[in-house]
Amino acid sequence: MHSDPAEVRKSVRKYMMIGAALLVFTGITVAANLVHLTVPLAITVALIIATIKGTMVAAVFMHLNNEKKWIYGSLILTVVFFVVLLFVPLLTVSDTFGTHINAPGPAHVESGQEHKD
Amino acid sequence: MNIPYTVETRPDTGLANGKLGIWLFLASEVMLFGALFSTYIILRTGAVEWPHGELSVLLGAINTVILISSSVTMVMAWASLKMNEWSKHRLYLILTFVLAGVFLVNKYFEYAEHLSHGEGPWASTFLAIYFTLTGLHGLHIVGGMVVMAYFIGPGAKMAKTSPEQFTNRIEYTGLYWHFVDLVWIFLFPVLYLL
Repeated sequence: MHSDPAEVRKSVRKYMMIGAALLVFTGITVAANLVHLTVPLAITVALIIATIKGTMVAAVFMHLNNEKKWIYGSLILTVVFFVVLLFVPLLTVSDTFGTHINAPGPAHVESGQEHKD
Repeated sequence: MNIPYTVETRPDTGLANGKLGIWLFLASEVMLFGALFSTYIILRTGAVEWPHGELSVLLGAINTVILISSSVTMVMAWASLKMNEWSKHRLYLILTFVLAGVFLVNKYFEYAEHLSHGEGPWASTFLAIYFTLTGLHGLHIVGGMVVMAYFIGPGAKMAKTSPEQFTNRIEYTGLYWHFVDLVWIFLFPVLYLL
């Protein structure tokens, strides 16, 4: 990151431009919501825009485009664990231990009765 | 006794201790919010139906604009210090604090609207994860405001006694604040739009 005042002065314009770009992307996100897309497409579009915005904040405002390797190292480790964390839900649908793949469902479900707590 | 490496960089990391410290803290925050986003995915994929349009997109979008603007003022507060423009630094830091307050006021009206209709976190799975995620995020906003209030008030004295250390502290506050903004950038589409 910049430590020289002259370089910081040059970056001020960049901060303003990124701020404006973030506001434009927010407008695009809301506009995309007004167009009634299918749910998977809407999720994809919204998350792509959010990722672009997040990258701009991290790279420019948080100065990650020009940092020391110790910070990159700790963040790479974090990203690895974060991705693992986000994929943990997959285990809930792939957990078929002790069940037969084509096993019939419980009797009360088949007969149409709802489970009540 | 002086704490070492608050201004000068450590020879092994090339960083001041506070800088590495705040990034490690933010890494733990990523995991905290990551766990809740993961919970959201489990709840949403497991739900038979998921409400759409329950939240005010307008209020959510306004809050997004407020937080993005506060990120700009925060980075400008740090840049002004670097450029030795003290009065501008004060102005930008106070602006950031005010914008954070406006965000919370906006959030209060949102919460009050829901609660007046009996739509608390107990009412549905969606509202439970909504209040949990936005409530935790709101607490982070409050935390940031406490730190900013300190640097606007009593903590500002350090700018005279140790200007470089003060600049570093503002930088770390900024990193935290941008992270809070970054989390909202994902919360807004996930909760309000999808």
